[in-house]
Amino acid sequence: MNVLLDHLPEFREGFLGTLAITAASAVLALVLGILIAGFRVSPIPPLRAFGTAWVTLLRNTPLTLLFLIAFFVIPQIFFPGTSPFVLAMGALGCYTSSFVCEAVRSGINTVPIGQAEAARSLGMTFTQTLRMIVLPQATRTVIPPLSSIFIALTKNSAIAGAFSNTELFNVSKLLSDKGFAIGWIFLWIALAYLVITFTISGAFRLLERRLEVAR
Amino acid sequence: MSEVSVTKDATPDALVALSGVNKHFGALHVLQDIDLTIARGEVVVVIGPSGSGKSTLCRTINRLETIDDGSITIDGKPLPQEGKELARLRADVGMVFQSFNLFAHKTVLENVMLGQLKVRKTDKKAAEDKARKLLDRVGVGTQADKYPAQLSGGQQQRVAIARALAMDPKVMLFDEPTSALDPEMINEVLEVMQQLARDGMTMVVVTHEMGFARSAANRVVFMADGRIVEEAEPDQFFNNPRSDRAKDFLSKILHH
Ligand SMILES: Nc1ncnc2c1ncn2[C@@H]1O[C@H](COP(=O)(O)OP(=O)(O)OP(=O)(O)O)[C@@H](O)[C@H]1O
Ligand SMILES: [Mg+2]
Repeated sequence: MNVLLDHLPEFREGFLGTLAITAASAVLALVLGILIAGFRVSPIPPLRAFGTAWVTLLRNTPLTLLFLIAFFVIPQIFFPGTSPFVLAMGALGCYTSSFVCEAVRSGINTVPIGQAEAARSLGMTFTQTLRMIVLPQATRTVIPPLSSIFIALTKNSAIAGAFSNTELFNVSKLLSDKGFAIGWIFLWIALAYLVITFTISGAFRLLERRLEVAR
Repeated sequence: MSEVSVTKDATPDALVALSGVNKHFGALHVLQDIDLTIARGEVVVVIGPSGSGKSTLCRTINRLETIDDGSITIDGKPLPQEGKELARLRADVGMVFQSFNLFAHKTVLENVMLGQLKVRKTDKKAAEDKARKLLDRVGVGTQADKYPAQLSGGQQQRVAIARALAMDPKVMLFDEPTSALDPEMINEVLEVMQQLARDGMTMVVVTHEMGFARSAANRVVFMADGRIVEEAEPDQFFNNPRSDRAKDFLSKILHH
């Protein structure tokens, strides 16, 4: 109990750290995921191939390995001096984007093909068709899997703690190294994660219901 | 008939011209050496047994299906590759589907406005005025703010026609527009199409509605097994078909 009260600033910083890295990675994953899903259904073969390669590569690589590449290869070769936060966001965001992409793509596949054909026969371009006709109708089916993906992302963000980011997991390790009772630390850390994941699933359930009402 | 020989050479007024068109679906040769010219203002009805390639023919004209060889021109311009230019050309070719395909997440009014706003870049006020006028013309003006799912099939199909007309197309393609409708709704759609034909719209209509073919069509094209077997004026085709395939087909559809 006392661990929490005595180290409130650390816990608070860890909580905010987890929140920040999760939110930043989620935004990146969402943007990349939708973009790559667009590539995967595009009429242009090289884009499709790129999309397939992206998903296959990222989805099947252990996240820890991606972190190692992000922290030890990327700064050496491409961008020296990139902050740990950005590197962690890159690794988590790219990894998660492959799952977002597949969720979005399966959502796209639930929209009847006639919808896209009608749009194309009006003279809408591929991008217009995807953005205005197909994606809006795919949203409802994509929400539930997306919720799970972002909850997984929240938990995966713990790996960032091992790579010089301040977040919950990293704080717990710091305190247990100092010799505090590990049971209490874990309890508080677990509760903090629950706050975030419950918020995510609640928000998505709300969104799902809203979309149901709007037709 | 003279119709047939007229269409053989490229008439100056040819709006849609297919020549030597072939298409395969895997091993299936769905379109075989199709030559077909449609003049401006002409109404052509395509008829034939199931699986003969009518839908595929219709869909190649706005390149929803690609072709293996041959050429298709619209108003003198060959169909371009997928891209911006093809999109522009498609805007000139209206298409009405068997299953309506209205945008399910948009209201009736939005359905008819969308193409004008996003493809023709019409301003909002003008697009809405035109949409309302067209909806009135096809008799669904009072349904403008409903969603497609709230309309009957016949109403949905008339909205779909209005949506295509909103682009001011040069030619309209109809792929069995009444086949998914309950019998009592077929006429309301056919009447709209008949009016369109009277107004001089160039139309390619895949349909088995012989009443429509007789009253509105200039020419009937009979397809079987991926080929155009016979072309004739409606009266001649229905009263006095030349090919055995056509005789056989007509006897089947007339006997129930
Ligand atoms: N996308 C496709 N892939 C493979 N085969 C197809 C495809 N579309 C159509 N076919 C086949 O091509 C043939 C012609 O189909 P099409 O839809 O053009 O016929 P149709 O004359 O319109 O028939 P119906 O009167 O049943 O609508 C059929 O045998 C059909 O099974
Ligand atoms: Mg068909």
